[in-house]
Amino acid sequence: MNQPNRLSDGGQIDRSQPIDFYFNGRQYTGYKGDTLASALLANGVMLVGRSFKYHRPRGIMTAGTEEPNALVQLERDARTIPNVPATRIPLYDHLDASSVNCWPSPSFDVMAINGLFHRILPAGFYYKTFMWPASAWKYYEHIIRRAAGLGRSPEEPDQDTYDKMNAHPDVIVIGAGPAGLAAALSAGRTGARVMLVDENLELGGQLLNEREEIDGAPALEWVAAAETELSAMPEVTILKHTMATGLYDHNLVSLVENRSDIISMDQDGKTRQRFWRVRAKRVILATGAIERPLIYSDNDRPGSMLANALRAYVNRYGVAPGTRHVIFTNNDDAYRSALDLKAAGADVACVIDIRPDPSGELVTRAIEAGIEVIDHSAITGVIGRNAIRAIEIMRLNDDGDGVTGTARTIKCDIVGSSGGWNPVVHLHSHPGGRCTWREEDGVFLPGDTLQDNVSAGSANGSFDLQSALNEGDFAGTEATSTLGLTNKKRPTVPKATDAVDEDPWRVLWYIPTTKPVGERGKHFLDPQNDVSVPDVQLAAREGYRSVEHTKRYTTLGRATDQGKTGNIPAHAVLAAALGQSVPETGTSTFRPPFSPTALGAYAGREVGEFYDPIRRTPMHEWHEKAGALWEDVGQWHRPWYYPKDDESMVEAVARECLAVRHQVGMLDATTLGKIDIQGPDAAEFLNRIYTNAWLKLQPGRCRYGLMLGEDGMVMDDGVTSCLGENHYLMTTTSGGAPRVMAWLEEWLQTEWPELKVYLTSVTEQFATLQLAGPNARALLSELTTDIDLSTEEFPFMSWKSGTVAGIPARVFRISFTGESSYEINVPSSAGLALWNDVMLAGEKYGITPFGTETMHVLRAEKGFIIVGQETDGTVTPIDLGMNWIVSSKKPDFVGKRSLSRADMLKADRKQLVGLRTVDPNEVLPEGAQIVAETKPKPPMEMIGHVTSSYWSAALEHSIALALVKGGQDRMGEIIYVPLDDKIIPCEIVSPVFYDVEGSRLNG
Amino acid sequence: MLLIECPWCGKRDETEFSYGHEAHIARPEDPAKLSDDEWADYLFMRKNPKGLHLERWAHSAGCRRWFNMARNTHTNQVMGVYKMGELPPKMDSGS
Repeated sequence: MNQPNRLSDGGQIDRSQPIDFYFNGRQYTGYKGDTLASALLANGVMLVGRSFKYHRPRGIMTAGTEEPNALVQLERDARTIPNVPATRIPLYDHLDASSVNCWPSPSFDVMAINGLFHRILPAGFYYKTFMWPASAWKYYEHIIRRAAGLGRSPEEPDQDTYDKMNAHPDVIVIGAGPAGLAAALSAGRTGARVMLVDENLELGGQLLNEREEIDGAPALEWVAAAETELSAMPEVTILKHTMATGLYDHNLVSLVENRSDIISMDQDGKTRQRFWRVRAKRVILATGAIERPLIYSDNDRPGSMLANALRAYVNRYGVAPGTRHVIFTNNDDAYRSALDLKAAGADVACVIDIRPDPSGELVTRAIEAGIEVIDHSAITGVIGRNAIRAIEIMRLNDDGDGVTGTARTIKCDIVGSSGGWNPVVHLHSHPGGRCTWREEDGVFLPGDTLQDNVSAGSANGSFDLQSALNEGDFAGTEATSTLGLTNKKRPTVPKATDAVDEDPWRVLWYIPTTKPVGERGKHFLDPQNDVSVPDVQLAAREGYRSVEHTKRYTTLGRATDQGKTGNIPAHAVLAAALGQSVPETGTSTFRPPFSPTALGAYAGREVGEFYDPIRRTPMHEWHEKAGALWEDVGQWHRPWYYPKDDESMVEAVARECLAVRHQVGMLDATTLGKIDIQGPDAAEFLNRIYTNAWLKLQPGRCRYGLMLGEDGMVMDDGVTSCLGENHYLMTTTSGGAPRVMAWLEEWLQTEWPELKVYLTSVTEQFATLQLAGPNARALLSELTTDIDLSTEEFPFMSWKSGTVAGIPARVFRISFTGESSYEINVPSSAGLALWNDVMLAGEKYGITPFGTETMHVLRAEKGFIIVGQETDGTVTPIDLGMNWIVSSKKPDFVGKRSLSRADMLKADRKQLVGLRTVDPNEVLPEGAQIVAETKPKPPMEMIGHVTSSYWSAALEHSIALALVKGGQDRMGEIIYVPLDDKIIPCEIVSPVFYDVEGSRLNG
Repeated sequence: MLLIECPWCGKRDETEFSYGHEAHIARPEDPAKLSDDEWADYLFMRKNPKGLHLERWAHSAGCRRWFNMARNTHTNQVMGVYKMGELPPKMDSGS
């Protein structure tokens, strides 16, 4: 065994279960119960990384989530997780971690040269230096990101799985320290449904790190008893190893639960993490407090730690972090660390207290234990670079802004500093809770809240154990009593056995040296982002008065730790530099998540094929077997085209087009939206929604309709058929169906509730087969005996019911291809059977299945628009040349008034035209810009763009549709489409290229 | 995420609803009589208050019914929900 800093006994680790792990490629051994941080310290590994900007050597500073320095890259390849604090990784077998932000190793770092240039890397350095020329930013950025950065993201898909959970407890208690446990107990005893959540593997919170006693026994015995009692309550849920990441409106709490102590992967058939959405009636925040460091010169050297972290490592993990420890404090609490180190047999060089004559009980005990207490003094320098070798101390002056006398050097390798504690007000603040300032110890406390949440214990600024127990107990009782729940036999509140009086803190936001701050060593406020006191003062001098601006300018409090240790001292430094109070300056906004969260947890199971549902038509399987390629339309998979053998797309589409033009083709049109409209006011409703007239449409007839937004812009189109008296079937575009349905409902419910109209979506109830081509009628006549297909009986734009291949069907004679065409609706369950029957019967007619691409070509040949392709929300029916469908007789319809707005009447609006390339073989790219006059290079005045463009096999030349300014008056003009490598001249023509008279349609 | 009480279905998460902007803006009886400015006002201009806001919501992933809600835009406190065509409940401004 080689764990030089491991104590021979004590701690909550299991020395009978050694664990091998790897750090920076070297093998070490720790114990079950360790974190990576405690195991590294046990092995004497203090130097674990480099800082973000200057690449200064950095060591483990804390024992918790607030850790700014000891970030590691955990595991490799697809499972790698960047920037995990070593303090948050429970040790497991074969754990493999490495330092971030240093190469080739933390002790020899080639980028550390940045540290020598720190005078030219002040706050805002990037903004100031790399501003000019702007075009060069792309080169600078590459270099900066490589030089200053943290860990690496995995480059492969996440191999682990994540679940989502929902819960609706009466009370959620966040944090299972003394306050949280007391709250959960008093709430749980009323029978309330309670969730208790804690980030650690074990309950107890700060008690895990302490040698406190409750009710005369070790505190952890009380914790164990509380856990036993809570676990026996049927309505109580305890979630350990679970981070509360955010508190949102109306008491929604987000939690990320680690399901195994191996945090990097799925384990034992369980998902890696679960993301909980908890909607609680009451929220109790017992989130504790985070110790803030004293900001002294070179306070970032490896070995500079928080005072409470020292006793956490001693008491919880059986590790003395160094060989000779110094405590540097402004309060009594840090003396506990000195006493605990001493009791464990570790060497405590001294306690340096910035207060004159500290005299609290804990101070007395330290002196009685033989610890040297040096009062009214300050650390003015740190000797050592990769590790602390010694410190230099001097006497403070009365104001605390300078030092006097001669320096004394003290040998040590660890300095545990404490500047007091900051309540963890993050969750309180997330949903808009305010903070109030307590001047005497310089802390922000939870103030008014907009939600039903309350803070208890040190999260509420009550830092002593008895207050935590009292406030927790009260919060649990109060929360449940407001819900009408009470505990009949109320036990007494647990008693902290060793409650001692403590002297007030002395608030000094940074510790002076013999020289002005910044001229002797660096006083780091934010070690992760390398922001020191002079950086914040410089920002203030340069005019950054807002704390939010200063944050962004200096990078203070950003990145993974979000300034959990140094933000409050930094805001106080800014306040002093601005000559105002800390509460006037305020804090930067606390935003979720509280600590970095795996994106996989948010995604849950909605990844891969579950990311978005796929809608398939009843004939999908047939298309698949026929080798169709797919086009996504909304969530639908539609056949795009059906290549034969090694046909290219152009060849396949040309073949399909010609089959429809000369024989017969079949399209799966199931995806068209279908809305069943019934009620005595249905015709009136259609008349208000569509631009044309609907009151006289007779049963058996169909009509094309255009729907506008109230702004006059085309929103959707489709054919609506009158099925019977007061009964219609509307079709919509495939992608627009849900939107149109919602739109119609909105008008009916909110504006015209007097109309008796009922809407039902029936898109999925019917399969739709579209037969198109000169042979369509002959083919269909072979499949039906009860439908008269003669043009006299069954003209264009009418429909009939009957049977097709023995299946009850509605047959609509409508056309989007320009050919004689029938759309057959049958119940979805019969869609595939009918498709097969039609294909069989159609063989002798040369039937060819065709996809959406062919449909697009055929309709473009006819100049039919596609909503969303020819329109983009800025196009009116007039722009499309569709004046014929806009009723001038109807007094009103949705969008009508907008069509007469001045802007709508301008002659230079973009209008729909056809384009013919001068070279008939040239096919324009869709989306290409159009100019009237070319210039050698851009900018050129753009007068429109190409909306649709295809090779027309029927016409043997390319065709295109375009929106061109004033296009309807430019027929015959030559315009130009400038591309990267050439300029394509085109003639403006009518958008109808094929069968202008429409004889094929009606024939 | 808000917890919204649909008048028909009860309390549900905000993700089930879609927002329908300011409530109580009636479509003009005879749009043809309006000037362009008046029509633009109906079409585009909406209040954006800090505090009480009467607004429309649709329970689009639930019963698909529209309803009105009185909400404080600053605190997100919901002061009441009421059906289409009803007047808002009596309340203080909640600012």
